[in-house]
Amino acid sequence: MSDTHAQTVAFVRDTMLPSAAPPIRESGAIRWLRENLFAGPINTILTILGALIVWFLVATFWDWFAHSVWNASSLNECRAIIVATWGEGARGACFAVIRERWNQYLFGFYPVELYWRPTMTFGLLMVALAPVLFSASLTIRRVILIITAVVTLSAMVVLGAPVGWLIFAALVLGAGLFASERNITWMLPFSLIYPLLGVWFLWGGTLWGPIFVLVGPLLGWAAWRVLSRVSPLLATVAAILVTLLFWLLLAGNAASDAEALLPLSIEAVRSDRFGGFLLSLTIGVAGIALSLPLGIVLALARQSDMFLIKSLSVIFIEFIRGVPLITLLFVASLLLNYFLPPGTSFDIILRVIIMVTIFAAAYMAEVIRGGLAALPKGQYEAADALGLDYWKAQRLIVLPQALKISIPGIVSTFIGMFKDTTLVTFVGLYDPLKSMSDAVRANIEWKGIYWEPFIFVGGIFFLICFGMSRYSMYLERRLQRDHR
Amino acid sequence: MENIERQIDRSQMTVSDEVAIDIRNMNKWFGSFHVLRDIDLTVHKGERIVIAGPSGSGKSTLIRCINRLEEHQAGHIVVDGVELTNDIKNIDKVRSEVGMVFQHFNLFPHLTVLENCTLAPIWVRKVPRKQAEATAMRFLEKVKIPEQAGKYPGQLSGGQQQRVAIARSLCMQPKIMLFDEPTSALDPEMIKEVLDTMIQLAEEGMTMICVTHEMGFAQAVANRVIFMDQGQIVEQNNPTDFFNNPKSERTKLFLSQILGH
Repeated sequence: MSDTHAQTVAFVRDTMLPSAAPPIRESGAIRWLRENLFAGPINTILTILGALIVWFLVATFWDWFAHSVWNASSLNECRAIIVATWGEGARGACFAVIRERWNQYLFGFYPVELYWRPTMTFGLLMVALAPVLFSASLTIRRVILIITAVVTLSAMVVLGAPVGWLIFAALVLGAGLFASERNITWMLPFSLIYPLLGVWFLWGGTLWGPIFVLVGPLLGWAAWRVLSRVSPLLATVAAILVTLLFWLLLAGNAASDAEALLPLSIEAVRSDRFGGFLLSLTIGVAGIALSLPLGIVLALARQSDMFLIKSLSVIFIEFIRGVPLITLLFVASLLLNYFLPPGTSFDIILRVIIMVTIFAAAYMAEVIRGGLAALPKGQYEAADALGLDYWKAQRLIVLPQALKISIPGIVSTFIGMFKDTTLVTFVGLYDPLKSMSDAVRANIEWKGIYWEPFIFVGGIFFLICFGMSRYSMYLERRLQRDHR
Repeated sequence: MENIERQIDRSQMTVSDEVAIDIRNMNKWFGSFHVLRDIDLTVHKGERIVIAGPSGSGKSTLIRCINRLEEHQAGHIVVDGVELTNDIKNIDKVRSEVGMVFQHFNLFPHLTVLENCTLAPIWVRKVPRKQAEATAMRFLEKVKIPEQAGKYPGQLSGGQQQRVAIARSLCMQPKIMLFDEPTSALDPEMIKEVLDTMIQLAEEGMTMICVTHEMGFAQAVANRVIFMDQGQIVEQNNPTDFFNNPKSERTKLFLSQILGH
């Protein structure tokens, strides 16, 4: 008590105490067990019960997994091997079906000699995504891009890709790696044209098609530039109209004329050859990429002061959310043909993508609206007070924060949508889960096989969805700005 | 009062004849609640006005009408020669000339201090980034926190955040500064650093309107104190007469309550 003057009530500290180390408390595994598993009677009972359930599950399925057969050409052969190895009455998994038919689960009925095309498309997708998803960390980007390059190129070699395309893929992957080391934003132009390139790689046909699809918005932009001085609203309407009219009336003929002049085509693959995870990923990636911007627009529209825009957005969101996705898919596959002019062929996958997109966008809009509502009013006021106009305030202040808040909800919507792509089985497309398994079982060799394909497909779905979930957590951590 | 150590030298400071803000017969309602009643106020260039009054008297609403964060329903507001109407162009023009500092700072938490300061100059004034950053650093030095430029607002203390908010407004090189209770959300120890910054601004001749309960600041800096109650201007005078010789009973009561203890 050197620094207290014990006899008086008034107190003056003479020396400040230095900070001391915290007391050494009980630590290690014992403490963890006691705190987490045996904290009280109820906790202990639950722990034992849980352990019993886990034991029961493992005991039930262990034999089945342990007796797996990977080399067989039919289910009967599989069963014979199991009986021969493990004795009469033994049960076992027959994963040989995966070994035999994995290609159908991945590519559907895509022509075998063209398997390298979806493979390349997927590899280049990673390059296109790098500047968008992995802009912050060079290390993560480097690892992802190097793995992508090695896997894509070796897979393309194994699948017999032509040398010209191998060189093309190597160049793009190399450019991605080079840009990643210097400045990843150099790859943004590639990210922007990737959707058109991807469509061309997958479906083939003439390159002029995607080129003229690109011309539409350019003409629309030109119209907007000319008219924006007269009236912004008129300019926006004109831009949309010009784009749509060009696509509907001119693009098709222009593409075939250009093709006649200068042929630029690769072998076309029809939509009914798509299947398995190729189909799921095509619909999923397109749906994700399109539904986010549409969802943002809908959420902003719902917050708008303008009655017409607000009402349209509310009606759209509530209608789409009120209808099951399957209904929309049936509309896409059956009803849409009645409304379109006779003779127009409107690709079924494109129709499904549109429906999946608007379905996910309606949910997305509500998720983002939650983020917008969570933003303090002061942020809007500060943006206004600095003289930022509506769009700049939204882009620079409001959306970056609102989207960050909404990340968990947005990714949940993405995950839900990706899993919902299996519903396309109801409109006759070959989803990996049901249609593809049915197709495999339709063959006499694999008739009766059930669990193994589901486990395989479920495993891949889990990997992709878990990946998205982990990415969203990484993104949330990276965007953490309040250091509390 | 203990926060203010110095009086500024008023003899050095000229108030020009040029009108900065002209408010005529302005009325505003929130629903059926008549929040501002027949406000008439002319602010000349270089004037430093403090608005005081009990809570709910309409002080904040009044200055928020000046940059149209609130819309007035009757009367006229002319700021720097531009009348505030529904014309969005006029509103944005006025807003880029009028800086505002809020009670809760309202910094953008996802941007660094420097980015907070350069955002509006770059996107509204179209200043090149390098130049905007140089200006921002100059103002951050002026509010004495240049070393925090790379940090995020969440890492700063309240007083530092408010000084950043002041620097952010100054980066737009505004002609008029509005302060809406800038020290009300601060710990007592931090109030002084913010008031010092505001005094420094006043000394440089900035036109200021300040809603505050810091009567020491009013005495030291203001050349006019306005007392509001129930949406009306009850009394306005120079600080000496306002504090020593208030005319209206309502003002006397208010002053006795906030100065009496």
